[in-house]
Amino acid sequence: MAEYKGVMTYCEIAEGSLPSISREVAGFGRKLADDLGEELCAVLVGSDVGNLAQDAIGLGADTVYVVDDPLLKEYQTDAYLSVMEKVVRKMMPRILILGQTSVGRDLAPMLAFRLDTTATLDCVGLAIDPGTKLLLQTKPVFGGNAQATFTSDFCPQIVTVRDKLMPPPEPDASKQGEVITLDAGLDPAAIRASLLKRVTENEGGVRLEDASIIVSGGRGIGSAEGFDQLQELAALLKGAVGASRPACDNRWLAPNRQVGITGKIVNPDLYIAIALSGSIQHLSGCAQSKSIIAINKDPEAPIFNYADFGVVGDWKKVLPAFRDKLKELLPG
Amino acid sequence: MRIIVCIKQVPDPQASSSGTKVDPEAMRVIVPQGTPPVMSPYDENALEAAIRIKDAHGARVTVISAGRNLAKPVLRKSLASGADELVLLEDAAFEKLDSYATAHLLVAAIREIGEYDLILCGRQAADTDAGQVGSGIAEILKIPCITAASKVELSDGKVLVERVVSDGFEVIEAPMPALVTASSEIGDLRYPKLKDLQAAQKMPITVRGAQALGIDAAGLKRVNLVRLAEPPRRKTECRIIGGETPEEAGANLALKVKEAKLL
Ligand SMILES: Cc1cc2nc3c(=O)[nH]c(=O)nc-3n(C[C@H](O)[C@H](O)[C@H](O)COP(=O)(O)OP(=O)(O)OC[C@H]3O[C@@H](n4cnc5c(N)ncnc54)[C@H](O)[C@@H]3O)c2cc1C
Ligand SMILES: Nc1ncnc2c1ncn2[C@@H]1O[C@H](COP(=O)(O)O)[C@@H](O)[C@H]1O
Repeated sequence: MAEYKGVMTYCEIAEGSLPSISREVAGFGRKLADDLGEELCAVLVGSDVGNLAQDAIGLGADTVYVVDDPLLKEYQTDAYLSVMEKVVRKMMPRILILGQTSVGRDLAPMLAFRLDTTATLDCVGLAIDPGTKLLLQTKPVFGGNAQATFTSDFCPQIVTVRDKLMPPPEPDASKQGEVITLDAGLDPAAIRASLLKRVTENEGGVRLEDASIIVSGGRGIGSAEGFDQLQELAALLKGAVGASRPACDNRWLAPNRQVGITGKIVNPDLYIAIALSGSIQHLSGCAQSKSIIAINKDPEAPIFNYADFGVVGDWKKVLPAFRDKLKELLPG
Repeated sequence: MRIIVCIKQVPDPQASSSGTKVDPEAMRVIVPQGTPPVMSPYDENALEAAIRIKDAHGARVTVISAGRNLAKPVLRKSLASGADELVLLEDAAFEKLDSYATAHLLVAAIREIGEYDLILCGRQAADTDAGQVGSGIAEILKIPCITAASKVELSDGKVLVERVVSDGFEVIEAPMPALVTASSEIGDLRYPKLKDLQAAQKMPITVRGAQALGIDAAGLKRVNLVRLAEPPRRKTECRIIGGETPEEAGANLALKVKEAKLL
């Protein structure tokens, strides 16, 4: 284990820049590297991404490894896996951190098994054990009913971190660092699965992840038409519509609107939960909202244990009156 | 066509959604008494995907489940739903394994079965929430892996998968053998008919222990659990807003929200 050193972050790229999760990951990486008294490096994988190296340095990286290849334009499991395998084998970081995103969820476990080490996904806490210098990896288990802390004696210790745990660090444009270009050296035989198509399902409006107000519906909404009413309220409040899993499984809303442990993690100022019971798996994704309002016909629904304000009643009657009154009260 | 589905038995996550406690001393999760064991929900989706392929193309579907004190009637539901064969890996040593050991254990059983075109797992088990074992099996067997599938089909001897990503979905094609992890968008497991449930209780099943498999599963463990704690809980005092009618309550809620400056 002695030869493994330093902390490495995998910098996910979205639409040509570093999304907030990559900046948050950089913040975790910097902190852990400082606690260890070791270096922080960042990895950028993609096509035409070298221009982002300075951003990564500004966020705290001492060294940035850039793997640039037209074949890496979009995330594809096998290609990215083989690139990351190569980078990690060469640089031998003690710790590798990724974001708990679609990419991190897919890449981290496969990479861990390929390198014959371990991964812990969806971490909500990372710290260095001062005695053993091992990474303390804390994650929710049993849907969020408990939090487990794991350690591993194998390196690299690979983790993904949940988003929105910490504000990302302020970029420091004057920070200096080294940029090293690595060859992707992709072997066509390593690419087994092929991406035929990517479909973006964006109904427009505010993204769930960015919304400061979210109107979320559950199984009790009962239909796609029902969700139109939630959309209307969200539009009035300049917010976004979210949903519990059953609502997405029924296709009343696109799957990427799902909030929860296997959906999206959100932390709006206000979360309005309508006709959803408040399962632990759902709450895992929204309990950190500043305020929660619940409308549910069942006074025993667990969501009321998390809400600041609630109405017990049929949403079909409560919601229109709520919306109309808000229209009256809100300026403009 | 041979399909293997890995199904984990877990305490019903629906029934244990509230009331689950943590014993930090023993580092154990205590689910409310009477919580029934069930097939982990995403594994049911995986089984449904397998049976749909069987319906469309014909296939032999083998279910593997590893654990300790497995509830056979629960797992036999897979046979009633359309699986052909049930292999239980049962041993005191198969409790509390980590993802690494579990993947290696399941691979040992898969290698015994020998032939497979497609392996299906759930994207994440309801107890560990680890989301790793499927990917691990694929890596050990050196076969392609596609995660978080919302649709699984066969086309021209390849597997065609739609997978959920944060802003939409992807369509991926892979040669077989391949491993796919299932997401809930695939759809619920069909409800077996009563007569199939009864018949399934009498079907033969295979039970294998650590010794028979020649595997020291516990010795394969790679992560150490060092702490188990209650999650930080959001502390609130919910103010229930009433009214003469639901409509009035809705209007009152708007007034309160405005008064509390939540908007
Ligand atoms: C491993 C795993 C991961 C999971 N991940 C997620 C996840 O990421 N996100 C997620 O949401 N779920 C997830 N789930 C599922 C979760 O356990 C619950 O099944 C789900 O959240 C329940 O959704 P719901 O509240 O909409 O439905 P229900 O629990 O059925 O609740 C419906 C609610 O609507 C109320 N209602 C019905 N009609 C009306 C009406 N007319 N007016 C007012 N109220 C009404 C009812 O009182 C009830 O409280 C996961 C489960 C597992 C096992
Ligand atoms: N003990 C087990 N027996 C059978 N399948 C399992 C077992 N543990 C995990 N799996 C499979 O691996 C998936 C992911 O599990 P996990 O990595 O623990 O979240 C599950 O949904 C199952 O399909």
